[in-house]
Amino acid sequence: MDKRTIAAVLAFTIVAVFFFFSIFLLHPWGAPGNVQMDNHIIVNTQNETGTNNGVTSVVFDYRGFDTLGEATILFSAVAGVMMIFRRIKE
Amino acid sequence: MIEYIPYVAVICMIFIGLYAAIFRRNLIKMVIGITIIESGVNLFLITLGYREGGVAPIYTSLPPGTTYPEQMVLPVPQALTLTSIVIGVAVLALMLSLVMHIYRKYGTLDVQKIRRLKE
Amino acid sequence: MTEMTKIVKTIANILFPFTVIFGLYVIAHGHLTPGGGFQGGAIVASGCALLLVAYGSRWVFSRIKEKRLATFESIGAIGFITVALLGIVFSMVFFGNFLAGSHLLFGTVPETGSTLADLNTGGVLPLMNFAVGVKVIAGLFVIVVVMAYASSTKEWSQ
Repeated sequence: MDKRTIAAVLAFTIVAVFFFFSIFLLHPWGAPGNVQMDNHIIVNTQNETGTNNGVTSVVFDYRGFDTLGEATILFSAVAGVMMIFRRIKE
Repeated sequence: MIEYIPYVAVICMIFIGLYAAIFRRNLIKMVIGITIIESGVNLFLITLGYREGGVAPIYTSLPPGTTYPEQMVLPVPQALTLTSIVIGVAVLALMLSLVMHIYRKYGTLDVQKIRRLKE
Repeated sequence: MTEMTKIVKTIANILFPFTVIFGLYVIAHGHLTPGGGFQGGAIVASGCALLLVAYGSRWVFSRIKEKRLATFESIGAIGFITVALLGIVFSMVFFGNFLAGSHLLFGTVPETGSTLADLNTGGVLPLMNFAVGVKVIAGLFVIVVVMAYASSTKEWSQ
């Protein structure tokens, strides 16, 4: 078992070093690139959607289709749990 | 240099979760490791959308004197993180149900003893 | 799970209405302050889980049939899809916001810039918040009740 542990620790260290050096290749801290869509959403929320909340208007109006998929996932999780524990009788 | 701390926290969380999911023999500890990985990924998604010195993208009682698109945080990554959290809850519920079912049938939670399909 | 002592039951009786009221406030003001359907539903479901821990899972499971709660969740999902399909009828787009800017229920448009909170704004969003909130409450409560009851019986009749 010792050879396997040493190989696993070596693999972890190499992957961690790669992860650490890729931090400095992202966009600089606090200045994200590609902000055209978000600027349009922030400026036009109040007269297109009619709410004050930017996050809720993105979740339910600009990207409502993803919320439909999320509701389906919640429903299928409840259906799966009720199907696993179906045969419990007293 | 000190401002990259959220990214370092994300790396630490992912590697702690990966260690717990691979090197432990109890089934409940593996489930906890997978949940820690999901929390780390959610934190990474939110950190990508931060603007320096920004406020929340909500217009009710803004602090006076903020100019809108340059001082508000991006709202789209927050919406995607909401969906990701709900998916994590659904996966956790199904994983725990299966672990309870395995414990009823085999009587133990050790992974190296649950190797053959018992009749 | 078995039930707890009388002190724990009294404290849970006192804390439960405040938690439900706070959760319903977070759901209802989803278009003005941070919050919305999913967050408020999680708050109310955690209040119901407090009640489940204090009173024991056998008592709660004998009072609440899980099929009625599952019907409740389906009502929330059907309401969400109906509001989305009404967008095709009235404004030609799936998930179209047909109530913003008209004189019907939630129709006024707030002026640009920092305003005070007006509950009458929002278009079709508060209806969707209520539907998703009901769905999340019923779904999380069913999961917690079924799993707690299943871990308290001695054997299953396989």
